[in-house]
Amino acid sequence: MKDEITREERVDNLKGMGCSRKRVEDARFTQGKGNYVDDLKLDGMLFGDFVRTPYAHARIVSINTEEALKVPGVLAVLTAADLEPLGLHWMPTLAGDKQMVLADGKVLFQGQEVAFVVAEDRFAAADGIELVEVEYEELPVIVDPFEALQSDVVLREDLVAEDGSIPDGAHGPRKHPNHIFTWEAGDKEPTEQVINEAEVVAEESMYYHRTHPCPLETCGCVASMDKVNGKLTLWGTFQAPHAIRTVVSLISGIEEHNIRVISPDIGGGFGNKVGAYPGYVCSVVASIVTGKPVKWIEDRMDNLMTTAFARDYHMTGKIAATKEGKITGLQCHVTADHGGFDACADPTKFPAGFMNICTGSYDIPTAFLEVDGVYTNKAPGGVSYRCSFRVTEAVYFIERMIEVLAIKLNMDAAELRRINFIRKEQFPYTAALGWEYDSGDYHTAWDKALKAVDYDGLRAEQAQRVEAFKAGKTRKLMGIGLSFFTEIVGAGPVKNCDILGLGMFDSCEIRIHPTGSAIARLGTISQGQGHATTFAQILASEIGLPADSITIEEGDTDTAPYGLGTYGSRSTPVAGAATAMAGRKIRAKAQMIAAYLLEVHDNDVEFDVDRFVVKGAPEQFKTMKEIAFAAYNQAIPGIEPGLEAVSYYDPPNMTYPFGAYVCVMDIDVDTGVPEIRRFYALDDCGTRINPMIIEGQVHGGLTEALAVALGQEIAYDDMGNCKTGTLMDFFLPTAWEVPNYETDFTVTPSPHHPIGAKGVGESPHVGGVPCFSNAVQDAFRPFGNTHTNMPHDHWRIWKTANDLGLHG
Amino acid sequence: MIPAAFEYYRPKDMAGVLSLLEEHGDDARVMAGGHSLIPMMKLRMADVPHLIDLQDVGGMSEISVGADGIRIGAMVTQSDIIDHEALAAAAPILREAALQIADPQVRYMGTVGGNVANGDPGNDMPGLMQCLDATFTLVGADGSRDVPARDFYEAAYMTAREDDEVLTAVSLAAPTGGYAYEKQKRKIGDYATAAAAVQITREGDTCTSASIAMTNLSDTPIFSEAAGAALVGTALDDGALTAASAAMLGDIDPTEDNRGPVAFKRHVAGVILRRAIERAWSRA
Amino acid sequence: MPKKMHITLNVNGKEEEFLAEPRELLIYTLRERLNITGPHIGCETSHCGACTVTLNGKSVKSCTMFAAQAEGAEITTIEGIGGPDNLHPLQEAFKEHHGLQCGYCTPGMITRATKLLEEIPNPTEEEIRFGMAGNICRCTGYQNIVKSIQAAAAEMNAAQEAAE
Repeated sequence: MKDEITREERVDNLKGMGCSRKRVEDARFTQGKGNYVDDLKLDGMLFGDFVRTPYAHARIVSINTEEALKVPGVLAVLTAADLEPLGLHWMPTLAGDKQMVLADGKVLFQGQEVAFVVAEDRFAAADGIELVEVEYEELPVIVDPFEALQSDVVLREDLVAEDGSIPDGAHGPRKHPNHIFTWEAGDKEPTEQVINEAEVVAEESMYYHRTHPCPLETCGCVASMDKVNGKLTLWGTFQAPHAIRTVVSLISGIEEHNIRVISPDIGGGFGNKVGAYPGYVCSVVASIVTGKPVKWIEDRMDNLMTTAFARDYHMTGKIAATKEGKITGLQCHVTADHGGFDACADPTKFPAGFMNICTGSYDIPTAFLEVDGVYTNKAPGGVSYRCSFRVTEAVYFIERMIEVLAIKLNMDAAELRRINFIRKEQFPYTAALGWEYDSGDYHTAWDKALKAVDYDGLRAEQAQRVEAFKAGKTRKLMGIGLSFFTEIVGAGPVKNCDILGLGMFDSCEIRIHPTGSAIARLGTISQGQGHATTFAQILASEIGLPADSITIEEGDTDTAPYGLGTYGSRSTPVAGAATAMAGRKIRAKAQMIAAYLLEVHDNDVEFDVDRFVVKGAPEQFKTMKEIAFAAYNQAIPGIEPGLEAVSYYDPPNMTYPFGAYVCVMDIDVDTGVPEIRRFYALDDCGTRINPMIIEGQVHGGLTEALAVALGQEIAYDDMGNCKTGTLMDFFLPTAWEVPNYETDFTVTPSPHHPIGAKGVGESPHVGGVPCFSNAVQDAFRPFGNTHTNMPHDHWRIWKTANDLGLHG
Repeated sequence: MIPAAFEYYRPKDMAGVLSLLEEHGDDARVMAGGHSLIPMMKLRMADVPHLIDLQDVGGMSEISVGADGIRIGAMVTQSDIIDHEALAAAAPILREAALQIADPQVRYMGTVGGNVANGDPGNDMPGLMQCLDATFTLVGADGSRDVPARDFYEAAYMTAREDDEVLTAVSLAAPTGGYAYEKQKRKIGDYATAAAAVQITREGDTCTSASIAMTNLSDTPIFSEAAGAALVGTALDDGALTAASAAMLGDIDPTEDNRGPVAFKRHVAGVILRRAIERAWSRA
Repeated sequence: MPKKMHITLNVNGKEEEFLAEPRELLIYTLRERLNITGPHIGCETSHCGACTVTLNGKSVKSCTMFAAQAEGAEITTIEGIGGPDNLHPLQEAFKEHHGLQCGYCTPGMITRATKLLEEIPNPTEEEIRFGMAGNICRCTGYQNIVKSIQAAAAEMNAAQEAAE
């Protein structure tokens, strides 16, 4: 039998890995037919919303719900007293702490949930909230973690024993009532010794400010308890629906098989939608109490003020080097502000996430990291905002320390990076703080990036600009921001990564239909990443059926296999691997079927794009479509009917994407206004599944990086009032403030991943923040600047210029 | 974010508006585009038991540009200002300023009347109208009266308008000479960190008149007569610019907010003013 | 309790008539009363544009308008712009040029873009960025949105020329 189309055309028809397949999600989104949680409307559905405290630290004297209950349409007002008999007034956090669901005697941050008003519609709920009378007794407010560790004011009385002693926390001994944990990595004494004996040591303290993921869709859910069948259905904005099911079961006592969690379309997550929030618990309780579906949707202020802040790391570093610039040691101390409850979303054994990736892309022989977690009167959270766990903080730290060291050495920062990169032949490379980097070729990427932007030319132009500035011919300085980052994503190996005891594997289940199309279900959930498009591409290449014939389904715990969800760029490294592995099981069975149909031995057929061919006789073949049909209509000796497979993939290691970024910025010294002239981003995410989607992820991550570096923050005043609760003050750039980006790539596959892919969604954010920041700082380097803190909004840039005496 | 309940009225004429205002006193508020008021109501920072929508009241949506001057009805939107060619020819600073207000959707709804009447120090039109020496027409039960923009603003959200009056129009003489509206803001949709409105005339190399007003640098817009005076009779040399800037800084009184501390705002105000003057001069 | 108001709207060509409290915001009328869930709620303070609709020929943020204000208005939402059988060139272009990711801002973004292309049929990149600045996207970084709108404009202009 002769084929009518070429092999190349057969490859193209699959729309498999490596092609810029258009997204299958987009038809519904562009026509307004997305299905987000607030679109859900059920018969008799009620609305719940919170009474929130205006005070950051106060004792609750009384709560009077009488007037609220008189509002027509208000059905119930839940307080901690109502939840206590159910044991639901507190809930466990992902970080081994516990958190109030509704204020139990006191409040610890502005906006904390005090009571839950349940009403027939959102108007009645809003009116009810206004009429709940809460009497507060204000307590001293602490918004500074350093002050918290000195203060006599105890924020969490529940964590101090009656005799005044301080019991250990989930991560060991605590040294003050407001202290949560100390976490160490690396070798303390050897590092101190290296630093003491070093030829050159650079030191810097930096604050990575508090910010927020702020997806355009806020968090929300609909809980529906079917009392007849005893089954709870919970729709919500969950980045980890299976974990939510387990958590709901553990804290509610409802058996897990009676809970169905569904994540519908999610309007962006960026880490905001990983955690479990009081709104979920209260909606479930309210549905159980009323027997009706209950919807809870945050408004934007609720979102910014209460769910899931990110960062808030005070970091102090010392970096030791030879006079020639070879780095010999690194020390880092972090004071981590976790707010009123420790609700950080990290794997259990990593209370500071993967902060111990802070040796970056450099061959640093000795290092030590120590992190102290602290309670303050700020919102809980500590999520990974478009990054793997605390990796933005780690990369920012090392990429700033490199710059500070370059200044100390009076060296070019690009050259300093180059001479310290881990060399290609050193991979797999075990870093001083314990991680084994899987693969990398940093020098190639760096050289490509510097050449692309004409780095030497930029430096010459910058030198001219400095001269012109000094001569009074211009008031604009030019900054060249560099960053080279290594991410650590794809959590992760079950041996060291779990959340609430759940190993961080992921899964894929495939069913091939008789006519040669398929459905695959995964334990992850897309929030815009385009899983339905890309996972079908992986499968297309693995099993030889067109991506257009493969449906990808996620987010329904009744149908999808168990998985830990989508965050920390783990979908491609973990679920993507599971998909490939499940596909290979399909292929293995298909091989046997093909051999039977072709009447040869199993080993005498081989896979070729979309078929099995007889070795040495490619004109004899069976297409995967034919094989699929045979699986359902032929009785094949020794082979079960059907063509299905499932894979639960426990990755042997993390993956380590990397990249080289350069930003060119002009800064108006007099107004503090920065203008991004150019941004070049080279990403190496290993094997590239869909270049179009990769590029889109890079654009988006860079824009979120721009926002964080140049103005986006969650700021508090001394009274613990959040000053940035609306989009007037919380900086989300518009099309007008954002530049065009130039993207580029190298490909260094992961050696341990079935298809060599590493993950990309978060890289641009991780690498972008230090790049934008370094551009600002670099502009002022010729005038004596070593370091200034982000966010580099207009007034802080102006202040840097002012402090350097540039305003005359 | 759900506003408290209110009664809604949409009278067909000004008499209807005035009688509602008389009946409900300060429990009533008039609304044009609503883009200042509705967010405040949603945040429950404004309590408005009686809301009077002005959209059906005729006679306030016209722009007239004639020999006797310019008249802009209170219901004219920012987008109308931008699109009106005759207005842009007669008073181009209006278009330049309107384009720097909020974003396209908001400019479709936001009105000149709403912008000048509510006394929000962040709004751009009040300072602009002071620069242009515009007059606001207020209509009340006792008839109508005109108040110069330069006398209208008393404090944040406090103006010369009585609770039972409605601002119906803005009138101004067509400005002459060069102009500039210079605004520094953090992003589209933000209020000004500092903004300056400048109109300037010259004869040869000598400045013959200058009008300067500043936005969001006090609890009211600031018309700085002294800053303008510092330029008149000069060739706009560095000394004159410095004197104008110093005079302006003597008139403003900014407060710290998320845009920055006072020292920064004062510095930026000086820079922005200087740039506005230079741009206006180049166009004069 | 204020009395309910009798309101009529024409939404996507269909007459709608109902009673509503004066404080009912137009976005809730569309989403909850009329089940037109394309327009979304993002910020609630008129900064993000996810709720953008076209109302009497203007791009409007429906979270900052009461249904009562819109009495008698003609409203077009994303649902009225194009469907499976008659996709608007902008809908095609956003798909073709990866102008969306999570899809949450997309209905408001495309709705605003239809109006932008009426205002300026052949916009420059700068005009697109300025004209779309009332719509926030958290995912795409706007680069591909700009590209999509440029492509749609070219397509629409070509079709216009062909028709003339």
